[in-house]
Amino acid sequence: MTLPEAEPPPRARDRSEGQTAVVELRHVSLAFEEKQVLNDVSFRVGAGETLVLLGVTGSGKSVLLKLILGLLKPDAGQVLVGGQDLAPLSESQLYPIRQRMGIVFQEGALFDSLSVYENVAYRLREEGLKDEARIERQVREVLRFVEMEHALEKMPAELSGGMRRRVSIARAIVNEPAIMLYDSPTAGLDPVTAHTINILIAKLRDVQNVSSLVVTQRLADAYALAHFTYSAEQQGLVAVASDGGLGRRVPTHFLVLRDGTAYFSGSTDELTSTPDPYLRKFLA
Amino acid sequence: MFQVLFERFVKGKVLAVQEFTDLLINSVRHAFTRPRYLVDTLVQMDVIGFGSLAIVLLTGFFTGGVLALQTYRTLSTFGEVGLLGQVVALSMVRELGPVLTALMVAGRNSSGIASEIGSMLVSEQIDAMRALGTDPLRKLVTPRLYATLVTLPLLTILADFCGMLGGAVVSTSTAHLSSAEYWTLAYQALQFEDCFQGLTKPFFFAIIVALVGCYFGLHTTGGTEGVGRSTTRAVVVACVLILVVDFFYTKFLIATGFF
Ligand SMILES: Nc1ncnc2c1ncn2[C@@H]1O[C@H](COP(=O)(O)OP(=O)(O)OP(=O)(O)O)[C@@H](O)[C@H]1O
Ligand SMILES: [Mg+2]
Repeated sequence: MTLPEAEPPPRARDRSEGQTAVVELRHVSLAFEEKQVLNDVSFRVGAGETLVLLGVTGSGKSVLLKLILGLLKPDAGQVLVGGQDLAPLSESQLYPIRQRMGIVFQEGALFDSLSVYENVAYRLREEGLKDEARIERQVREVLRFVEMEHALEKMPAELSGGMRRRVSIARAIVNEPAIMLYDSPTAGLDPVTAHTINILIAKLRDVQNVSSLVVTQRLADAYALAHFTYSAEQQGLVAVASDGGLGRRVPTHFLVLRDGTAYFSGSTDELTSTPDPYLRKFLA
Repeated sequence: MFQVLFERFVKGKVLAVQEFTDLLINSVRHAFTRPRYLVDTLVQMDVIGFGSLAIVLLTGFFTGGVLALQTYRTLSTFGEVGLLGQVVALSMVRELGPVLTALMVAGRNSSGIASEIGSMLVSEQIDAMRALGTDPLRKLVTPRLYATLVTLPLLTILADFCGMLGGAVVSTSTAHLSSAEYWTLAYQALQFEDCFQGLTKPFFFAIIVALVGCYFGLHTTGGTEGVGRSTTRAVVVACVLILVVDFFYTKFLIATGFF
């Protein structure tokens, strides 16, 4: 059973209607050898919006993020970033598009042979930045942002899982991308560290208006992102309702993948109030 | 059933050859356009060239030595012990120097390259690289190819020399030749053809050592366990290819009159 796509909440429609989606998938299918991983998946993410991707392990969430980056090509359908179809582009034509995106891989994927500093500086150097003072300033700034400035000279192998995740976020955001893709950023972390990572994601979203796709297995994180907004005064998350309507309520959508298809797509309220037994099991 | 399997096998091999050729063409080509990764190339020269120096020198020395020991017995039955220098010099420069150096470097570096690139692949570092705007071919394959192309011929020359030195030690101690006798004959025996053959082979071998390692690294599947498999395969394939290419190249040179 597939739930019909409900009317988006009014605010969300205001934002996305008429303008091109930042990321859009149209009827995307992908198979590895005989295994159909994605089957006719469609969705769109508008500027500044957040899409939370849910799904059991192996449902194709990581594959979906790689499709958006153009690291994989779909067998059928279209992947559009900023209104541009990625399919006909060659690897070198994809680089300028990838420059606008940052990804945090599931396992961090930090370069083992480079220090934390060099990992974060990597992207700046690749973009041809030569001014070492400026590189250092930017790297320090972004590492301060994720509270990892003290680990500048460490190698990735010396870091804990949560630290690695944060450095990985720093590496992704160093050139201020407009789109962020997070692959299970809080998986396997304790609630305290997971919370600081949620704050980071919300901070980027609310302060810099970054569009994000967040893959997560922890519904609590998804709710935190949907119902809380970053407050600069309190240096943390405050409930959307409690900030007196001052903060922008950023639309958060949910997409649940099941057996390669988009099983559910809708807002937080629609997800929480669903009568569907599969989704209820998911929420429990 | 058998036919299907056979067809799949052949198609797989053809595809592999095609992909290997693509890898070769692209990695050579990338050196002529920006961005170039010079620092990475220098680092690889240090790892591949300087790192292999000790084993290559030892291999050369003892190969030359044992060659002199073995041929001494044969030559002494003809009373031609004086030819030792010539035999050692020719065999080292034309065959043993290039081939054994390449085999040693393959054992050390094809495996190293395959495991390094393979583990980068399975830990998504290659994807991360692409996501951050780097062509992994440029950043990983091209530096390793050029580093090997520069260092393997140099290592071969050193191995040749060490081989002759090993031969000299045996000739003077066991065969009681004078050192001058040995070196004069060794030097005179070497013609342009011999040096040409001995110095062109390493370039072919360098391509094999570097690219077979990269190829298997980039085709790693099946996680960490797969890295081990690619590493083993890279060494085996590189070594066999070196010997096969050596045979056909030598045959080609003989056929075209270079003997
Ligand atoms: N490179 C690949 N080659 C073959 N199959 C793959 C590849 N990448 C992913 N798959 C398959 O695609 C399916 C989806 O994988 P994916 O990594 O997207 O799952 P996921 O939803 O991210 O799961 P998890 O929550 O465990 O991270 C899996 O069944 C996996 O076996
Ligand atoms: Mg995943």
